[in-house]
Amino acid sequence: MSIEVTTTGTPGDGSVGLVETSALRLFSPPDSLSLAGGGQLGEITVSYETYGTLSADRDNAIFVCHALTGDAHAAGHHGASSTKPGWWDDFIGPGKGLDTDRYFVICANVLGGCQGTTGPSDESPDGGTRWGLDFPFITIDDIVTVHRALIERLGIDRLLAVIGGSLGGMQVLEWAARFPDTIHSAIVLASGAKLSARGIAFNAIGRRAILVDPAFHDGDYYSHDQLPRFGLALARMVAHVTYLSEASIEMKFGRRLQEGDRLAYDLARETEFQVESYLHHQGKQFVERFDANSYLYLTRAMDYFDLAATHGSLTDALGRGDARFLVVSYSTDWLFPSSQSREVVTAMVSAERDVTMIEFESPYGHDAFLIEHEQLRGVVAPFLEQTLELVRGSS
Amino acid sequence: MPGPDAEMIDELLLEQVDDGSRVIDLGCGDGRLMERLRTERGCRVMGVELGEAEVTAVIGRGLSVIRADLDQGLGDIPDDSFDTAVLSQTLQQVHHPTTVLREMLRVARRALVVVPNFGHWRIRLKVIQQGRAPVTDSLPYEWYDTPNLHVCSMHDIRDLVDQLGMTAVREISIIGGRPVERAWWANLRADSALFVLERASQ
Repeated sequence: MSIEVTTTGTPGDGSVGLVETSALRLFSPPDSLSLAGGGQLGEITVSYETYGTLSADRDNAIFVCHALTGDAHAAGHHGASSTKPGWWDDFIGPGKGLDTDRYFVICANVLGGCQGTTGPSDESPDGGTRWGLDFPFITIDDIVTVHRALIERLGIDRLLAVIGGSLGGMQVLEWAARFPDTIHSAIVLASGAKLSARGIAFNAIGRRAILVDPAFHDGDYYSHDQLPRFGLALARMVAHVTYLSEASIEMKFGRRLQEGDRLAYDLARETEFQVESYLHHQGKQFVERFDANSYLYLTRAMDYFDLAATHGSLTDALGRGDARFLVVSYSTDWLFPSSQSREVVTAMVSAERDVTMIEFESPYGHDAFLIEHEQLRGVVAPFLEQTLELVRGSS
Repeated sequence: MPGPDAEMIDELLLEQVDDGSRVIDLGCGDGRLMERLRTERGCRVMGVELGEAEVTAVIGRGLSVIRADLDQGLGDIPDDSFDTAVLSQTLQQVHHPTTVLREMLRVARRALVVVPNFGHWRIRLKVIQQGRAPVTDSLPYEWYDTPNLHVCSMHDIRDLVDQLGMTAVREISIIGGRPVERAWWANLRADSALFVLERASQ
C-alpha cells in the first residue's frame, strides 16, 4: 500500500503545517485482538497522523507514543483557523527534535482512548449503544500490540525509533520487551518500568472522583443528558498537581491572588488564589475533550503496568534484541523520579545493552519532557542521527 | 582538561585494554578516548560524565553514556559489568577518591587510574623556593581556582591502594612526555603516572 503523507506545510518554517488525522481498521474478525486480560476485541479503529516523508528504504520511521491524555494530533494544525497546534508541536517539525525533514513521524491515539481510536465511548458491536464499562479491560500490552499492527499495516518492518514520555514511555518499554526486532532504538522520557504506589494512589483518587459523580450512571452517562463533568474535572485537577514540581508551582503561582491583593474571607470564593483558578481552568478544559470512561481504563492500564512482573525480570524483559536505548529523567519529577529510570538502566547494563541515560536539571517536574524541548532536542537529535547512520551503515 | 600529554596518555591506556573487552570510562569528557577504544580496540564502551555538553558530545559520537556524579558512586552499574574501568586525570578532582576507587573495582576487574604526581621535583622546588602553592606547566592552576581538590604523590597513591586492599599490578610513570615503566626516582621525576589496579584477592 502507499502511504499518504498528510503534511502540506512549507518546510523550514518550523511547523509541519496543516495536517489531517487518518484512520485504519485493524483486527477485523476472525483476526480479533486477544487481550492480555482475557477476551477478544475486534474490529479496532486506529486514528493516527504522520509527518515528513517515509524514505524509499522505509528506514526513517519514528513512532511517537502519547501520554495519558494525548492523542494522534502531535504536530501541526488541523485547519487554517486553528490556533492550537498538536500536543508536541514544539518537538516535531522541520529542524526540531524529531526533524520531519529527515524522519517520518507517526503518532496514533491509544486503544481505550477517546480521540478516534476504539475506546469505551464508541458504539459497541451489538449496535446502538456505547461500550461504557462493558468495554474490555485493556493493558499497556494491548495498546502496544495495536500500535505494532498499525506500523505493520503501514508497511514498516522496523522503526528507527519508538519514543514516548510518561505513559508513552511505558509503551516504549513494553514495545522493546515484546517486539525487540521491530525497533532500532527506544527513547524513554520521564517514565519507568512500573507505576509507583504513589502514582497508583493519585490515579485511585482520580477514579474515585469520577465514580462518585452522580452523573456517572455506572459509565452509561452517554444515554443521559449530563456528563460526569465534576468528577472528571476533579480527577484532572489532582493529576495536574502531580505533573508540577514544588519549584514550578511556586514559580508560576506562589501565593498570588487571582483578583486584587486582599484576602476575601469568603469560603464561597473557590478561585481566590491563582493556583486554584488555574486548576479549575485545567479541569474545565479537560472535560471538553476527554471521556471519563477512557480516563478510568487508561489510568488502570497504567497502574497494572509492571514490566519486570510480566517478563520475569527487567533484565529478561529488556535483554533481547539490539535496539539502542536513550533514557531521560528530570531532577524535579516526583511522579516518575530518576530512580525509576536508573532501575531501567541498571537492567540494561546487566544485559550488556547499549544504553544512554541523562537526568536533566529542570524546575518543571514531570511536565518537563513537554516543556524543555530544546534541552531534549540536544540529546535526541544526535541519538537519532547516530542510530540512522548505524542502520544505513550496516544495511 | 586535555594537557599536552593527553594524546600520549590515551595511547598508553589503549595499550592496557584487551581487544573486544568491556570498558567503562569514568569522567569520559566528550568521549575522545571512548571512540578510540571502540574503533581501534573493538571495545564495548560506556562513559560516565557529569557535564551536559560533554554527554551530548558523547551521544553525537554514537556512544553510550550515563550522566552521573562519580562522588555519588556508580549505584546504577551492577558488580563486574566491565573488564576495565578507566579514570584518567580525574581522581584528584573528586570529593571522595576512596569511594571512586572502590567503585571502579566493584564494577570492573581492573582499574586504570592516571593521576598527576604532586611529588615531582619541580613542584617541590617551587614550594621550597617560593613558599607558595605551586603553579607549573603540568599543574597550571592557582590554588583558589583549581579543579584539583586533592594533592597526592605516587607514594600517596601506593599507600592508599594498599590500604584499600588493592594491588597495583603495573605502574607506568610519565616522564618528559614519555611512558616509563620501573622508572628510577619515579616520584621525583614523573609528571603523572598510570596505575593498573586489581582486587588483592585475585
